Amino acid sequence: MAKVIITLGNDISTDDIYPGRFMATVLPTETPQFAFFDRTEFNAFLKARQFPAGSVIVGGENFGCGSSREQACSTLKGYDVTVVAKSIARIFLQNSINLGLKVVICPEIEASEGDELEITDDRVINATTDKSFAQVQMPAARKGIMDAGGLIPYTRRLLMARL
Amino acid sequence: MTVVEKILARAAGLPATKAGDVVEPKVDLAMSHENAALVVNQFQEIFQGTGHAPKVWDPSRIAIIFDHRVPAESPKTATNQKKIREFVAANGIRKFHDIRGDTGGICHQILPEYGYVRPGFVVVGTDSHTTSHGALGAFSFGIGATEMASVWSLGFAVNIEVPETIKVVVKGEFPPLVGAKDLILHLIGLLTAQGANYKVLEFHGETIRRLGTSGRIAICNMSVEAGATSGIVPGDEETLRYLREEAGVTDPIACVTPDADAKYVRTVEIDVSTLGSQIACPHMVDNVKPIKDVLGTRVQQIVIGSCTNGRLDDLAIAADILRGKKVAEGTRMLVFPASGRIFAQALERGYVQDFMKAGAVVMNSGCGPCLGVHEGALGDNEVALSTTNRNFKGRMGNPKSEVYLCSPAVAAASAITGVITDPNAN
Repeated sequence: MAKVIITLGNDISTDDIYPGRFMATVLPTETPQFAFFDRTEFNAFLKARQFPAGSVIVGGENFGCGSSREQACSTLKGYDVTVVAKSIARIFLQNSINLGLKVVICPEIEASEGDELEITDDRVINATTDKSFAQVQMPAARKGIMDAGGLIPYTRRLLMARL
Repeated sequence: MTVVEKILARAAGLPATKAGDVVEPKVDLAMSHENAALVVNQFQEIFQGTGHAPKVWDPSRIAIIFDHRVPAESPKTATNQKKIREFVAANGIRKFHDIRGDTGGICHQILPEYGYVRPGFVVVGTDSHTTSHGALGAFSFGIGATEMASVWSLGFAVNIEVPETIKVVVKGEFPPLVGAKDLILHLIGLLTAQGANYKVLEFHGETIRRLGTSGRIAICNMSVEAGATSGIVPGDEETLRYLREEAGVTDPIACVTPDADAKYVRTVEIDVSTLGSQIACPHMVDNVKPIKDVLGTRVQQIVIGSCTNGRLDDLAIAADILRGKKVAEGTRMLVFPASGRIFAQALERGYVQDFMKAGAVVMNSGCGPCLGVHEGALGDNEVALSTTNRNFKGRMGNPKSEVYLCSPAVAAASAITGVITDPNAN
């Protein structure tokens, strides 16, 4: 079971997730402190780390729209959270897969803060409301990168085959 | 096949592709800016433990342009830039544009200006507005730093799904002081911020054919604000003219056009002859309204420039409106040309003098005010009216401020009054 630590609306932008003014910070060890920086309370909640690994951020449509900055993914990965959203913007989705941030596309998801979710391979079950929602499956090609543990090991393997 | 299906077929060495196929296209140009500091980290990590020294696949196909924080605003940025300079020198990367008044500028302006992008190219860039280069008939899209590191290593992009294409047909003559920016804002309002998610916008119609490359860049630049993977204008006479006359390209150029029976997921038709000035209101780019709905809104900062609307024709429109007038008291105006070359042309034509005499601050070419991380940040409860491409909460450096987006004509007319003003009002 995974607890929902926040629910967010539609069109959560990368400026919201990781404000542009911290873009000079690139190291994945340093980016988490700036996650949702301008949502002061939630930023403080994340930094206090009083939640178990695998806890869930629930988003609406078009989660991660905007910039290609992948700090928006590394900042969340630093807290080992899972993003469950109705839909995810293209670059953010690809960056998440490349970096190994766990993202789940679940178009009908209904959840409130504090709800307990069970995420299976193809569904998200809200144990609190006893409702179940289908996931959109990742295309096989993307799954290959996920299974390799991210784009760096995936690329390394391709490279070694050619060198 | 659509234009992008044809481009990806060639780049992947296939006779044909169709939407939904997964391909691994060779990359013709790989662009990044200051975030190359992160790309370098990831690139070196790929080679770790392989027993091979890190080596880029083809330095002639890599472009790096400093623009997001120029000149550097902090030791951290300066050190990142230094690290990139060292990488560029060590790897023989020649398409490098450092912080210079002559050859520097914003990446999405530099690439077209120097003829780095051609019709039919596959272009990737570590910036979401890499969609801009579709203006020259290339398939051009934004990727993250790790994906760029992979491209630097392999020379192709892994796991690319051939996108579906939305055909946008534009007809009619623009009314005076209404143009490309109003068209793209109107289209984003129509499609919504995710209406073109994972898809390509392919632009057609008499209005697009008549539009110069500058306007086409503005339209393709903002295609990503509807979620599009890319925007693209199939190469034509204007593309060839621009590349030959303005970018100095002398070698053969082949344009890619769609087949007559190309399959589109949707067709959108727009007639611009009755279009008025459009405004994207806070805090979403698809919150687009006709200007009459927001007339009179008090504005503390006007911004003209950026990769969206910082080209010579944009500055000309603004200078014509401002000449002999003054920026209103209580309003400040920032102008930043898209490149050093455009800055020099604006000087020659007297636009810079027009701006300065009116009270505007003319800044060096860079991204500064667009993302407010470096210069042009807003104070609490301040309002900006800007020709840039994004108005998310906090975009200009302060989550307690508001950003409206508009054309250069609206920005200039509003600078004089200090409130949102229709340039066609007089």
